[in-house]
Amino acid sequence: MAERPELPEGRELPEARPAAHRLRWGFLVWVVPVVALVVGAWLGIESLLNRGPTISVTFKTASGLEPGKTKVKYKDVDIGTVRSIGLSDDHRDVVVTAELTPQARGLIVEDTRFWVVRPRITGGQAFGLGTLLSGAYIALDPGKSKAGRREFTGLENPPVVLSDVPGRQFILRAEDLGSIDIGSPVYYRHVRVGQVVSAELDAKGQGVTFVVFVNAPYDRYVTSGTRFWNASGIDASFGAGGFKLETESLASVVIGGVAFQVPPDSDPGQVAPPEAVFVLHKDRDTAFKQAVTIRDVYVLRFRQSVHGLVGGAPVDFRGVPVGEVASVGLEWDARHREIRPVVEINVYPQRITARLRKRAATVENDVVRARVLQRMIDHGLRAQLKTGNLITGQLYVSLDFFPNEPKARVDLAQAPLEIPTASGGFTELQSSLENVVKKIEKLPLDEMGADLKNITASLDVTLRNLNALVERVDSEIAPELKQTLESARGALGEAQGALSQDAPLQGDLHGTLRDVGRAAEAIRNLADYLERHPESLLRGRREEETR
Amino acid sequence: MGWVACRVCGQLNRGRADARACCARCGSELRLRKPEAMARTIAFLAAAYVLYLPANLLPILETGELGGAKAADTILSGALKLWHGGWWPLAIVILIASIVIPFAKLVVLTWLVVSVRRGTATRLRGRTRLYRLVDTIGKWSMVDIYVGALLVGLVQFEPLATVSPGPAAIAFGAGVVLTMLASHSFDPRLLWDAAGARRG
Repeated sequence: MAERPELPEGRELPEARPAAHRLRWGFLVWVVPVVALVVGAWLGIESLLNRGPTISVTFKTASGLEPGKTKVKYKDVDIGTVRSIGLSDDHRDVVVTAELTPQARGLIVEDTRFWVVRPRITGGQAFGLGTLLSGAYIALDPGKSKAGRREFTGLENPPVVLSDVPGRQFILRAEDLGSIDIGSPVYYRHVRVGQVVSAELDAKGQGVTFVVFVNAPYDRYVTSGTRFWNASGIDASFGAGGFKLETESLASVVIGGVAFQVPPDSDPGQVAPPEAVFVLHKDRDTAFKQAVTIRDVYVLRFRQSVHGLVGGAPVDFRGVPVGEVASVGLEWDARHREIRPVVEINVYPQRITARLRKRAATVENDVVRARVLQRMIDHGLRAQLKTGNLITGQLYVSLDFFPNEPKARVDLAQAPLEIPTASGGFTELQSSLENVVKKIEKLPLDEMGADLKNITASLDVTLRNLNALVERVDSEIAPELKQTLESARGALGEAQGALSQDAPLQGDLHGTLRDVGRAAEAIRNLADYLERHPESLLRGRREEETR
Repeated sequence: MGWVACRVCGQLNRGRADARACCARCGSELRLRKPEAMARTIAFLAAAYVLYLPANLLPILETGELGGAKAADTILSGALKLWHGGWWPLAIVILIASIVIPFAKLVVLTWLVVSVRRGTATRLRGRTRLYRLVDTIGKWSMVDIYVGALLVGLVQFEPLATVSPGPAAIAFGAGVVLTMLASHSFDPRLLWDAAGARRG
């Protein structure tokens, strides 16, 4: 400001013109930070909103999972990413922390299930082949609960049935697992309608409990009268009707399966509620056989061995099966002071009266039942052990009427009523064989042996006498025999001389024979002549002919 | 009285510095200092500070690979990835260009504003040089945005690989622009004015 530059010559600097009064918009600059604040806040809030819930899932292994890369998917839609993978506090498990999108918020509830989708081949089906290329991902099945949760335990295997599949679950109880596995199919009339969801041992280890899922709309075929059976493998039977081979499907032969159906002739009943409990039968025949619900228990007490009689052995009446053996045991019989086999049998009265539909199928009242039984026993109803198989010696119980058996009374006080028994069948044969053996045993074999010894001794003496006799024959009779033979030879020589060629007897014989020959010729001539001239017999010989 | 040069046509005008006036030749408004320099600088600075947070905390690039695996990287995590991947010179460049320099600019401008307000009279030339530096390198802070824009344009091989800008890209770009606006609005002569006012 101190030294001013010289102004150009001859020119006056113009005076600045006063500016018109203008509105001052300077304050508008403050809009910029406000906008920035809004934009920044919006970006921040949006990213916070986009973040969604963060969950942690515990797995046994982190195989195939990568932090920052592995996705969480629901119905193949990305709903989150694995952020970190660490070990649990006790180093046993893997804790996977995943950040989900806000969309997933409603899916993450208390009973949501998580599992890792990896390539897998089970039950004749291949799953997760897409993950071969893209790597494993975590899938989830949303639960139905309303309560939220952030820490989960993942499933090691994918759930068989997702929660959004319509259908119902049923519980089956079986004695053993058979060849059924989780994921095994469930068939209804050979149509695949569901699958086995879980299979686990009962708490006490006394059986296996299956949970099966039947898809809608097939679940309405499961009624209270439905029977389930194990349809695994091949059921081959060779009966009077020929060779029969049954299987649900080729796949079920390999991976096992469960089938269900209402037995023919029986009432389907009401549609079963979800989680209804059924018995899983061994096979179709057993399942249908159990259609009889009423069974009467009877007790049989045998005096003979029941070797070969096992639980489940048939009880038949004149060849028609009416029940089966429930158990075989022993019992102390105080009256006879002995231990006797006692057999408990189940008789299904419905089978007896099944063909007579009109009549009451059951005898419900125990007293009535006992009276009926007493009447039948009076008519001679007895139980008998019979041999079902001669080679294996398997027995079965046969009921029949034996009018000749002694009278027996039914003890009405006994809880399972007793049917008196009759010995018979193969066991009878066996006992008669035993009798024979006993008789043989009774024979006085020792005495017989002694006698035999005596006989032998006397035989010895006899033989010795015979020997002496032969010696005598040799020494005394033989020379005489020789003389006799010599004289016989002389006689024969004479006979030979008489018959020789030049003997006079021979010559005479020749002459005689020649004469006989001539005579025979004359007779022949005569016969010829007579044939030609039979009249000569009357007229004599003619003249010219004699010439 | 003094002389005021018109910023448009260069005409020198006689006039008073404190009164509003127009150039006698072209009618443009005559100013002795940048108008409302302090207010504008502070406003732009504040806006830049606000956007600096999301720019660094939110993902700036989202990359997608085959199979749907998507990764979102913030500036810092991207630089760290490069560092761990052995590309540390590049990582250093990104760290300096995208994190250190934008922040340094903000800090320097803030310091200048504060020193004007307080009327600090020392090291006036040094502070002016600093201001000139900030003003010059302003546009180079957009390296990150350039790279991002290039990648987004080039890498679109769906479904093999995709790159898309993240929300931080907007914040970062806006932040850089606002910083440049702030440094443009600032008038270094105010440093002397303030120092003179204090002395006088």
